[in-house]
Amino acid sequence: MPIEYYLIVAAILFSIGVLGVLTRRNAIIVFLCIELMLNAVNLTLVAFSNHVQNLDGQVFVFFVMIVAAAEVAVGLALIVAIFRQKETVYVDEINLMKW
Amino acid sequence: MLETVLFFALALLAVTAAIGMIVHRSPVYSVLMLIITLFSIAGFYVLLNAPFVAAVHMIVYAGAIIVLFLFVVMLLDLRHESDRFTLTKFSRVLAFIAFLVFLGEAILLVKVAFIDGGLDIGLGGQVSQLGDTPSIGKLLFTAYLLPFEIASVLLLVAIIGAVILAKQNLKPSQ
Repeated sequence: MPIEYYLIVAAILFSIGVLGVLTRRNAIIVFLCIELMLNAVNLTLVAFSNHVQNLDGQVFVFFVMIVAAAEVAVGLALIVAIFRQKETVYVDEINLMKW
Repeated sequence: MLETVLFFALALLAVTAAIGMIVHRSPVYSVLMLIITLFSIAGFYVLLNAPFVAAVHMIVYAGAIIVLFLFVVMLLDLRHESDRFTLTKFSRVLAFIAFLVFLGEAILLVKVAFIDGGLDIGLGGQVSQLGDTPSIGKLLFTAYLLPFEIASVLLLVAIIGAVILAKQNLKPSQ
């Protein structure tokens, strides 16, 4: 399987993630789309790692996963805290810092 | 042959589920769609000779992150969305332009792959068993020892931060 096929799939998944982040109102779905984008990048890294026969890419994927896990834990805690205060998770209704 | 069939099946599944994720009304279904996409990506990792990454991917995402998402979705008791996309027309147009830009990169890759005769970045070609656990473990505990330790500290910080943020008494004093 040539590497371009994997890169194309990863690019399509990343584009869908971008579209979701920019259009959805629900903060949880926005987070899901960020996860999708991180995974598309991971797929690219593993594809290149296999292509150039170098393991560094796979180690990098490992670190990306760690950062993603930390981000989700803190992000979801933030969403829960915001929901307690404002009773909403819609990003267009959370405008506390808007001026 | 089998690899090709598997690849296209997984690709179709991943993209369909990802589209379903961003258009579905109910957040619970969106999370479940993301699981399908993540399963397909794990399949890609196996096809790419990276069984360790595939296993870690399944454990971290399906085992931890998705469960966390589902818990939060069910805890928050969201009302059913009538209008699930952002309201202003301007941001919709902007989002679609960004989508087209990134999709354009994918189309550029198609051109490179099928008209220019493939991506040439040296090396590659020879098949070897690189992605097994011992070799990654060796790399992780020698060349990447310091980043590995920093990552553990990062996770500790995330745990403490999440606990503090989600604590009950963050409400403003009435």
